[in-house]
Amino acid sequence: MLQCILDTGGLQALITALWESGHQVLGPQVRDDAVVYARLREVAQLPAGIVDEQEGGRYRLHRTVIPEGVRPLFAHVVGPHSWKRFLHPPQEPLWRVEMDGQGLAIQPAEAKEARYAFFGVRACELAAMAIQDRVLKGGEHVDSAYLRRRQGLFTVAVNCTRAADTCFCVSMESGPAVKGDFDLQLTELTAGGEHRFLLEAGSEAGEKLLERLPGRAAEQAALDEKAALLAATARQMKRAMPAGAAELLADSLDSSHWESVAARCLHCGNCTSVCPTCFCTRTEERSALDGRSSERWRLQDSCFNEGFSYIHGGALRRSAAARYRQWITHKLLHWREQFGSAGCTGCGRCITWCPVGIDITEEVHRLAEAKA
Amino acid sequence: MKPKLAVWKFSSCDGCQLSLLDCEEELLQLAGAVQIAHFLEASRATRPGPYDLSLVEGSISTAREQAQIRWIREQSRQLVTIGACATAGGIQALRNLLDFDEVQQQVYPQPDFIDSLATATPVSDHVKVDFELRGCPIDKGQLLELINAFLNARRPNIPAWSQCQECKAAGTVCVMVSRGEPCLGPVTQAGCGNRCPAVGRGCYGCFGPAERPNAAALSRRLQELGMDPASLQRYYRLFNANAPAFREESARHE
Ligand code: SF4
Ligand code: SF4
Ligand code: SF4
Repeated sequence: MLQCILDTGGLQALITALWESGHQVLGPQVRDDAVVYARLREVAQLPAGIVDEQEGGRYRLHRTVIPEGVRPLFAHVVGPHSWKRFLHPPQEPLWRVEMDGQGLAIQPAEAKEARYAFFGVRACELAAMAIQDRVLKGGEHVDSAYLRRRQGLFTVAVNCTRAADTCFCVSMESGPAVKGDFDLQLTELTAGGEHRFLLEAGSEAGEKLLERLPGRAAEQAALDEKAALLAATARQMKRAMPAGAAELLADSLDSSHWESVAARCLHCGNCTSVCPTCFCTRTEERSALDGRSSERWRLQDSCFNEGFSYIHGGALRRSAAARYRQWITHKLLHWREQFGSAGCTGCGRCITWCPVGIDITEEVHRLAEAKA
Repeated sequence: MKPKLAVWKFSSCDGCQLSLLDCEEELLQLAGAVQIAHFLEASRATRPGPYDLSLVEGSISTAREQAQIRWIREQSRQLVTIGACATAGGIQALRNLLDFDEVQQQVYPQPDFIDSLATATPVSDHVKVDFELRGCPIDKGQLLELINAFLNARRPNIPAWSQCQECKAAGTVCVMVSRGEPCLGPVTQAGCGNRCPAVGRGCYGCFGPAERPNAAALSRRLQELGMDPASLQRYYRLFNANAPAFREESARHE
């Protein structure tokens, strides 16, 4: 594969080239005490020298101790946003219906052209995108708006050179090294106090773009540094999903442990909202006051909402215990049967952004203890 | 015949009714779709009942109001309460937790002329209510949605889940997780338009308890974040102090 070394000027050239090729470039930046994804035009917008301390229900940004005078741009990991925001947005119109004489005229929602370039996609996020691909465009019924956005997408992935305490991608086999479907991958290198980026192409479009950038040839030392950094990141993982989680869950449907989760869980739905693989939606009719036309919208939903399991006569899952069990067994067990992989990539967002810090790995450990 | 709409006021500040006038553009459309038969905030002209839809603002705080709400119920095909006062008793329901005589002495130099019940209670404590529109004040978008749903004979799209989901849909960074700021959002119903968290403040609970709130779990977290029991007790006592879930959680910290 084609590769080169860029300095920060080269990184800027990459961002500029993406805008010039008609992409809306989105990337990490600090906003309201967090690293979020927003429009990115300048390297200067990236979170230079920022690390994110993460624990159950806790997220804080700090300045890094600068190694050899370099202010790293990618020392943070994943924040409250995920790329799902853009590919599978929290709300979108589906179609519109109008009274037309005696009948109804139905029109699909305007097919908006979306050419995003995601800058700074982590390994766990690529894995999550691959999972949503299987769900939303992999089967018989393809979500056309999702497909359009996915086809227009250019992905610049980033290898993680640091893990947060909430990360567990190693145990989910999704990271920290970038793999799968991407256009370019970056690795931030700082050895010897020289701030530079190893850029490697992962697709034809990526190669074409790489060739136009002001890079120099990648030396073996750079590749060795990348490998060492990734190995160190993998060793940093504090959390792990226990092996055999799926079997354990299948065997724990009647566990008394669910009630212990229910006592702590707020069923607020933060976990499903921040999860990059959770895809559930509901639809809503937005009628005109005169009832002569209506728009159908699709909105993000959560298995923690009472209405989610509503059928004639009432909701099936009324208790928090039933809802948490539904969520975790879907993620780690039924997802496998349904889509051929787990529905969790180990990104840790649901742990950090749960206001009471409920931890998916910890709950599996506790279920195992309850079993033993 | 256009359906007849009536707007009624009990013990309240008028803010929720004003949301209807605030609809501006949509108000004209609305006036075309319904006959506004009783709405004193907008017009002195009134028409006799019965009414197809009554919107009721305010809590029941006097004996006269007790009688009047029964009469309105009899006159109304559908009765919808609007705002924290009508749905939970409002800020004035704080008196339910205190000795009423003492409260009167504290507030008025000559309380002899006060003709009031010892409690301020939601309309649903007195008559059957068909739907409750939450908020202090209500959200005008939700009000229009409610009337729209009524006119089109469908269920209103008014969710009962948590404020947190509004944060996440809007992309707002959680103030509790990122700054340790107390927030009632996880136990508060969505619908306000994410006003407080969007400007970096914790949610005050204006929209009342969300569906099946687990306030005890939230309180434990708030204590971990450093809130003392006295503050915790007051924390649930705002506009919806008398909503059962908030009232009970507050009482646990007395
Ligand atoms: S696990 Fe946490 S984030 Fe998820 S619903 Fe429960 S309290 Fe909310
Ligand atoms: S379940 Fe939690 S850790 Fe797994 S992908 Fe979703 S948010 Fe990330
Ligand atoms: S800021 Fe409050 S309402 Fe928003 S997600 Fe956090 S806890 Fe929930």
